[in-house]
Amino acid sequence: MHPLLSKDTGQKRLLLGNEAIVRGTIEAGAGVTAAYPGTPSSEIANNLFFISLQGDWPLYFEFSTNEKVAMEVAASAAAAGVRSLTCMKHVGMNVASDVLMTLAYVGVKAGMVIVTADDPSMHSSQNEQDNRLYARFANLPMLEPSSPQEAKEMTIYAFELSESLELPVIIRTTTRTSHVRGPVELGPLPKEVKQKGRFNKDPRRWVPVPAVARMRHKVLLEQMERALSIAEGSKFNLVSGKGKTGIIASGVSVCYVEDAIRELGVEDRVSFLRLGFPYPFPISILKDFIQNVDKILVVEELEPFLEDGIKILCKDIAKDKLVLGKSTGHFSRMYEFDPLMVKKAIAEVLDIDLVRPEIPDLSGLPILPMRPPSLCQGCPHRETYNAVKEALKELGQDENAIYPTDIGCYTLGLLPPIQMADYLLCMGSSVGSSAGFSVSTDHTIVSFIGDSTFFHSGLSSLANAYHNEHRFCLVILDNSTTAMTGHQPNPGIEIRPPGYDHPRISIENAVRGLGIKNVYKINPYKKKEAVSLFKKVLARDELSVVIAEAPCILYYKKFGGKK
Amino acid sequence: MDTKKILFTGVGGQGTLLASRLLGEAAMAAGMDVRVSEVHGMAQRGGVVESTVMLGGVKSPIISQGEADVLVSFEPLEAIRALNRCSKTSVIVTNITPIMPITVKLGQAEYPDVDYWLDFMKANYRRVCALEADELARQAGTSKAVNVVLLGVLIGLNEIPVTKEMVRETIKTQVKPKFVEANLKAFELGLSRAEC
Repeated sequence: MHPLLSKDTGQKRLLLGNEAIVRGTIEAGAGVTAAYPGTPSSEIANNLFFISLQGDWPLYFEFSTNEKVAMEVAASAAAAGVRSLTCMKHVGMNVASDVLMTLAYVGVKAGMVIVTADDPSMHSSQNEQDNRLYARFANLPMLEPSSPQEAKEMTIYAFELSESLELPVIIRTTTRTSHVRGPVELGPLPKEVKQKGRFNKDPRRWVPVPAVARMRHKVLLEQMERALSIAEGSKFNLVSGKGKTGIIASGVSVCYVEDAIRELGVEDRVSFLRLGFPYPFPISILKDFIQNVDKILVVEELEPFLEDGIKILCKDIAKDKLVLGKSTGHFSRMYEFDPLMVKKAIAEVLDIDLVRPEIPDLSGLPILPMRPPSLCQGCPHRETYNAVKEALKELGQDENAIYPTDIGCYTLGLLPPIQMADYLLCMGSSVGSSAGFSVSTDHTIVSFIGDSTFFHSGLSSLANAYHNEHRFCLVILDNSTTAMTGHQPNPGIEIRPPGYDHPRISIENAVRGLGIKNVYKINPYKKKEAVSLFKKVLARDELSVVIAEAPCILYYKKFGGKK
Repeated sequence: MDTKKILFTGVGGQGTLLASRLLGEAAMAAGMDVRVSEVHGMAQRGGVVESTVMLGGVKSPIISQGEADVLVSFEPLEAIRALNRCSKTSVIVTNITPIMPITVKLGQAEYPDVDYWLDFMKANYRRVCALEADELARQAGTSKAVNVVLLGVLIGLNEIPVTKEMVRETIKTQVKPKFVEANLKAFELGLSRAEC
């Protein structure tokens, strides 16, 4: 039995924020879940996957090929009356955004929850976009937990809210709320889970041709008016304290503010509004709050999402009220916060001295050696990189070569001694960007993409490359898993977790099926053969695909031999 | 109860996350308010892995400069790197077995003088406990138990309100059955070395 299926109602478990979301999904009786993995959201999908694989709970889960597909799977299930959830990292929402924007118009029947896990400071990401803006962009309600207990409660609530509004509901976490453990009280498991519904045809609802879409946009705005009145009365939007200095925060910043108030001992000098249900902006709560304080400090990571909204409100009701935050230099729009940063800002606003612990003089510290993450010892990607490098050297092309790369462990090929990653945008960008370089330069172009990333968003770009006659060599690093995020399956995998018997797609057949003729396979550990093949392929100036096939060594240790 | 902010630091693969989780589980089983924060993803591939355990109602998942009550380091360079998170009143527990970073192996950087910095720690911080945790783990029967050895030292110092009984129970329930015996032994060895 999976630990997150425990029937010990009322007991506490030390759960990650992400695990708490899974428990909430189970307690809410969701029937269909789908995701593409991405840090810091991955543990949500992993736990749903193993729960569904073990088969002792009625839950459908799939690792979809990308976030867009996953959101479509969840959306249509919810349209058919089955509660559903999809989760992704922040940039995954970009991929799914085409679905999101119109899904907001057509809505859902059963509850649907979309979890976006943002990554301020970019611990494992290529940007630190603030996905709260998607709530405003798509016009959808959003909840923001600050602790694992809240993450579970909000997940259950999000399904109910979604059902009552017939709109999907966004739960936005960040690395620090997804990857923190705290005690979570287990609630009862549902007696029944609805896994099958029935889709009631209604083209005037579900088929947003212009005439329908015009109607549905109106419905969306009306539903968001209802959402507003619900947010106004939400128990997740809470004021504490009666002081004349107002502080407003959401997400992990709530934790920093709570600690700062306690450590500074300023409980009686501040009023603190925590917004767990920050969108739609709970206008009357905010108005009341603003009118009862002299000034307001807004504590939020990344974009001035709340701050801008509060300033607009102040213009209407309290022109002279001081709103402090990013625009006043108290906080940055970059990177995640830390407790001291927030404590300093609050002390400054209250005009009190911050007593700092005595820190020994560390000025004698030498520059300490870094420990950049690196490809594992024995990783097959290293071998492939070295074979390409050697082939190019022998061809005298190593100076002229460029290496568009992609998202996965192999992005670490950026670092010395390999240094074979020159250009990267997003999932799948190796293929599309190689096309651009091929028409705009005379470089020899060798690009790298992993098997999972290839299925995520490499296929259609490769069709483009063939059709438009671009010239580059695409190396597909096929290690038979989605390694970086913790070894999730993808359609191409040969080595499988026990019980995972989905049909397999051969990457080679898929590539040949597009019409590409120069398709080769190598075993990266057979260095001589690999180098001579790359020499042959790279000597020609046309589109070619080399599939470097060898399992991730960590994954092989886990599941190798068990097919 | 007083608050305690405990910082664990080490290198990917050393089991820092398990140590902080065991401590968190033990504290929760004893009815304490606890938060544990972890680093997942890219950093785990041989990079620095940090986790924190917060006791007594601290909500923040991270520890700012000078604010760690206790630092538990699995590797001496990482202890030095984390010194800016400590103050004169901090307690430091550190393993002294180095793990060479790739940048040192490639000759791009120099590993610091560990003896010098251990003396510095002893002279400047309230309590410092430095030991060969790798060796003790081997004595316990598994080199992987470095984390539990260090957890033993931490508990033995009586600096945080988590007792050895609580941790022993947690090891029995949370560690895979076949590793329980070695881990309990590692924990006892750690306890016995909590002298500084």
